[in-house]
Amino acid sequence: MLELKNVGFVADGEVEILKDVSLTINERFVAITGPNGGGKSTLAKLIAGIYEPTSGQILLDGVDITHMSITDRAKLGVSYAFQQPVRFKGLQVRDLIRLAAGRKITITEACNYLSEVGLCARDYIDREVNASLSGGELKRIEIAMVLARGTKLSVFDEPEAGIDLWSFQNLIHVFEKMYEETRGSILIISHQERILNIADKIVVIRDGEVTKYGTRDEILPELLESADAGNVACDVLTQKIK
Amino acid sequence: MDEIQRTLLKEVADLDALPVGAYNIRSNGAAAGRNSTANIEIVPKEDKPGIEIYIKPGTKKESVHIPVIITQTGLTDLVYNDFYIGEDCDVTIIAGCGIHNCGGELSQHDGIHTFYIGKNSKLRYVEKHYGSGDEVSKRVMNPTTIVHLDEGANMEMETTQIAGIDDTDRRTEGDLKAGAMLVVKEKILTTGVQKAKTYFNVDLNGEGCSANIISRSVAKENSWQHFDSRINGNAPCAGHSECDSIIMDHGCVTASPQLTANDIDASLIHEAAIGKIAGEQLMKLMTLGLTEKEAEEQIVNGFLK
Ligand SMILES: Nc1ncnc2c1ncn2[C@@H]1O[C@H](COP(=O)(O)OP(=O)(O)OP(=O)(O)O)[C@@H](O)[C@H]1O
Ligand SMILES: [Mg+2]
Repeated sequence: MLELKNVGFVADGEVEILKDVSLTINERFVAITGPNGGGKSTLAKLIAGIYEPTSGQILLDGVDITHMSITDRAKLGVSYAFQQPVRFKGLQVRDLIRLAAGRKITITEACNYLSEVGLCARDYIDREVNASLSGGELKRIEIAMVLARGTKLSVFDEPEAGIDLWSFQNLIHVFEKMYEETRGSILIISHQERILNIADKIVVIRDGEVTKYGTRDEILPELLESADAGNVACDVLTQKIK
Repeated sequence: MDEIQRTLLKEVADLDALPVGAYNIRSNGAAAGRNSTANIEIVPKEDKPGIEIYIKPGTKKESVHIPVIITQTGLTDLVYNDFYIGEDCDVTIIAGCGIHNCGGELSQHDGIHTFYIGKNSKLRYVEKHYGSGDEVSKRVMNPTTIVHLDEGANMEMETTQIAGIDDTDRRTEGDLKAGAMLVVKEKILTTGVQKAKTYFNVDLNGEGCSANIISRSVAKENSWQHFDSRINGNAPCAGHSECDSIIMDHGCVTASPQLTANDIDASLIHEAAIGKIAGEQLMKLMTLGLTEKEAEEQIVNGFLK
């Protein structure tokens, strides 16, 4: 169980990015959504320990992790797939998968994780994680690393971004499978209705605050309605073009 | 050969026993073993220390090992090795120098290697430098490599120096005729107060020849490195150099690349990047459970792999 109690974050001592966020995540599959710049990634970074809250508390299964280092949280069972994956000159895909697994793994095992995210393992296992990988490939490797870790809390920051339409359904399967296999919680930041559709609960973050938090059935219809309302402007444009 | 010498040999040439094929092993300034084959002849120089290596035209898939090891303190070893590679060859030459010094005095190896690579020949040249011993006994290596590539010749040079050497002044010079290609991959890691200087001068003289010089280096603690490269495009040719360095602690790296185009169709590019390890790289590995120190190690190892 992940608990955030009145968490606030002020960047560089002046910009208030998150205000008084309180959330209890006990469900297995929770989606976080909301407008760009709302503070979703910041929240994920606070959970992973990349940022330290300026106020409030974060608890994982009752353990206070508010001021714990990134490494210690990772060891305790927090995984985080970045919105913008990092590139490394020289390190190969197999190195990252091995480091993620935290033990010596066989090539076959490493390849299995890659296959799960739809990469033909043989082509990728020896590739360098450098600028030569495409954005979508890098995103998939980032997801494979979290799969290899298999921890009790996995946070994915817009995993679907850059993944092509054809593969999207497979990605949903990855999460469904993970949902069945792990006993932990999966936290996904997403703008995609199809991902929100498989969540137990949905959190909406806007302007650094949790504006909505409830079950999918409570939140999703409202969200879709307001999204439709947002389309009015587009309609005007379409009319014009016609 | 004793245990230390065997370890050095393993480090610089990856040899557990005598190599297959042609070889020349030099230990503490003297010959310790030599073997010629039907296609590769190794003869000692008469006027100065060193050897001459003759590779017959058409020799394919053969290798020459020429490791140098020094375990004697206070020894300065200067050696001239000349390689004559005939036309249409495809060979590998594995050089390497290991110094183990804990005798308190300076031990030094200066190797001057000159290559004459025949038409359409292909050479892979691997050179590894390794030093061990205590901190007060200095280990110095100053390799000079001069390569002459005839038409259509192709040379790939891989040099590695991972710590252990206190002072190094490397010089690599090349001239290329039409259609020749030179690729250099250099890796250097310095620690403590070590100094490493590396200098390249390549003359691209023939139509359609090309050179690619790639240097990756890491300067840790208070060490110092200087990268100096000159590529001269004297014909329609392609030249590329790349110096990519990570600095840590109080390390210092200077990169001074120079490109000269003397021909309107010479296409020359240089890329240089010097900086500390990116914070986000460390963070990513830490989210996998590594400590900051472990993350640094992985990043540096990968970078120099
Ligand atoms: N270190 C920082 N310093 C200053 N401002 C920051 C910092 N990090 C984030 N911000 C700002 O905080 C706000 C929230 O950013 P965040 O990345 O959390 O948004 P997000 O909800 O993930 O958006 P998106 O959907 O576009 O990914 C943005 O306005 C961003 O510019
Ligand atoms: Mg974001």
